[in-house]
Amino acid sequence: MNHNFLDFEQPIAELEAKIEELRHVVGNDDGININEEIERLASKSRTLTESIFASLSAWQISQVARHPQRPYTPDYVARMFTGFEELHGDRTYADDAAIIGGIARLDSRPVMIIGHHKGRSTKEKIQRNFGMPRPEGYRKALRLMQMAEQFGLPLFTFIDTPGAYPGVGAEERGQSEAIARNLMVMSGLRTPVICTVIGEGGSGGALAIGVGDQVLMLEYSVYSVISPEGCAAILWKDAAKAPEAAEAMGITAQRLLDLKLIDQVVPEPLGGVHRDIDTMAARLKAALKDNLDMLDEYSLDQLLARRHERLLRHNYSKG
Amino acid sequence: MSWFEKLLPSRIRTEGNRKKSIPEGLWSKCSECSATLYRAELERNLCVCPKCGYHERIGARQRIDSFLDEQPRSEIGEDLVPEDLLKFRDSKKYKDRLSAAQKATGEKDALIVIKGQVEGVPVVVAAFEFAFMGGSMGAVVGERFARAVRTSIDERIPLVCFSASGGARMQEALIALMQMAKTSAALADLKAAGIPYISVLTDPTMGGVSASLAMLGDVIIAEPKALIGFAGPRVIEQTVRETLPEGFQRSEFLIEHGAVDAIIERNAMRNRIASILTMLTHRPAPQPDAPLEPLLSRVSGEPDLAPSPGV
Repeated sequence: MNHNFLDFEQPIAELEAKIEELRHVVGNDDGININEEIERLASKSRTLTESIFASLSAWQISQVARHPQRPYTPDYVARMFTGFEELHGDRTYADDAAIIGGIARLDSRPVMIIGHHKGRSTKEKIQRNFGMPRPEGYRKALRLMQMAEQFGLPLFTFIDTPGAYPGVGAEERGQSEAIARNLMVMSGLRTPVICTVIGEGGSGGALAIGVGDQVLMLEYSVYSVISPEGCAAILWKDAAKAPEAAEAMGITAQRLLDLKLIDQVVPEPLGGVHRDIDTMAARLKAALKDNLDMLDEYSLDQLLARRHERLLRHNYSKG
Repeated sequence: MSWFEKLLPSRIRTEGNRKKSIPEGLWSKCSECSATLYRAELERNLCVCPKCGYHERIGARQRIDSFLDEQPRSEIGEDLVPEDLLKFRDSKKYKDRLSAAQKATGEKDALIVIKGQVEGVPVVVAAFEFAFMGGSMGAVVGERFARAVRTSIDERIPLVCFSASGGARMQEALIALMQMAKTSAALADLKAAGIPYISVLTDPTMGGVSASLAMLGDVIIAEPKALIGFAGPRVIEQTVRETLPEGFQRSEFLIEHGAVDAIIERNAMRNRIASILTMLTHRPAPQPDAPLEPLLSRVSGEPDLAPSPGV
C-alpha cells in the first residue's frame, strides 16, 4: 500500500507502481517495447484518475483536502509572491506558529498575507499545533489586518485549519473574543480582502481570517461549520457516520458555490493539487490577480458597501 | 377498566382519574442544591433557586417579560421562519426537528427580539430560547439579530442581548457559520453609530454565538455560574486528556481572566442594566424599581419563598 495515495486511489497506486517497476528494467533488447508499455500504462493511469476524480464523494474530497502532501500556505507564498517578509507575534503574549503572516509583493504590488500553517514534519506539526490557532494567532492576524489597512495593502488570506484550538489556555486567553473581534474588524477593514480556502476550512477557526470581499475555494478543499466527524458524533452519535455528515452538510467547493456562499472555485490539477503544485500556484495567482483587478474598480466606500451588503443578506437561495 | 371498577358508583370512579389530572411539574428540584421547590414560586423568582441562589435556565419570553417595562412593547422579525435550504437529514430530517421545536416552544426560531423600555429607557432586547434546538444560530437567528441592530441604529436606542446557545446550528451548515460574520458585521455598524450594546451571557453561551455577537458587547455581563466558552468542556477534555480545573469556563473563571465586565444576579439585572444604559446615553438616573424588591429578600437571609412540600 502506497501512503502517498488515499484509499480510493489504490487502483491508481498499483498502476503507478507497475510503471515505476518497468522504468527500472532498462538496457535489454526490448527497450522500445518497454517504453511503449510505459506510455500505455501512464495513459491508462491518467484515464483512471480522471474517472475516479470525476465523481468523488464529499467525504473523499475532505480526505484530499487533508492529504498529508497537500501544499500549505508557505508553498503558495513562495510560488506566487516575492520578497515575503514574515512578521511575528501579537505584541501582547506570544507568536502563534499556526498562523503566519507578513508583507510581500504580488508582481510589483505590495500586499499583506495571512494564512494558516499546519506544518509538514512531525516536529513542525507540533510546533505549529497542526494549524489550530490559539487566541494569540488570531490577535497577530488582527494586528496585520490593521497594518494592511493603515498602509493601503490589499489583504490575501489562505485558510487551512481543522479549527481553533480547543485547549485550556486558549479558553483562558479568550478564544471566543479573539475570533469575534476579527469578524467585526474584517467586516469593516478599509482595504480589499480576498480569502482562499486552500485545504480545510474548519469552522470559526477558519472564518476568523475568512471575512472578505471575495471568497475562493480550491476544487478539492472543504469548508464547514463543524468537522464531518464532529457533526456525526453529535447528530448520529457515531463518528463513523462522518461520510454521511460530510454529504449532508454540503462542505465541497462546488456545492457551496451553488448555494452562493462562495464566489469562485479554482480547478486543481488532475488528481489533486499535491500532484502538481507549480501549476496550481500559477492558476491561483492568476485568479487572485483577476479578483483584485475587479475589486480595484470600486472606491473604498463602494467596496465597503458591497462587502456589507453581501455579509448582511438573508436567504441565500434567493441571493 | 376492570369489572370491579365498573361496579363502583361514578363519583368514586372519577377520583382515580382526577389523580392523573394533577399537572406535572408542580414541584421541581434545584439542579444545584437539590431542594424541592414549588414551581410557581420558582418562576416568580425568575427561576433562581430561593435556597441556594442557583440560576436555572429561563425561557426567552419570560426573560424579556421580566426585563422590560410592561408597556410599550413591539416584536421585531417575528414573521421570519426557518427554511431547510440544504434538505439536511441526519437520524431525523431537519424539517421535522424544526416542527418539533416549534411545537414544543411555540416559537418559530431560537431568537426573540422585542423593542420596549427598561425603567423608562428605550431599548431593543434580543433573547435566545435555549429550548429551541439548543438556542442554535441559523439564518433566522442571524437575520433577527441584524434587524434588532438595524432598529437600534435607526431609532438610536441601545441594544441588549441575552445569549443562551450551544453555537451555530449544524443543520444549516455553512449558512449557520456565516451568521457569525453577519451578526459581527451588523455590530460593527452599531459601534460606528456610537450606540451602546450590552451583551449578557447566560448558561450556556458557547461556540459560534460566543465567538461572535456575545463577545462583542461594549459591556459584557455574565449571570452567576453560567458555562461560557468557545470549545465545549468535553471536546477540550478529549484534546488535552486531563481533567479540567474546577469551575473551568464558568462566569467566575471568565471574570478572573478578564473576559467579562461583571457578574450580575438575575434579580438585579433590570436595575443594573437600566442604570448602566442611562449613564452611557447621558440620561438622568432611573427611578428605583419597586416591584422587584421582594424578590431580593433572599439576600437578606429571609426564609424560603416556597412552602415546604407536603410529603
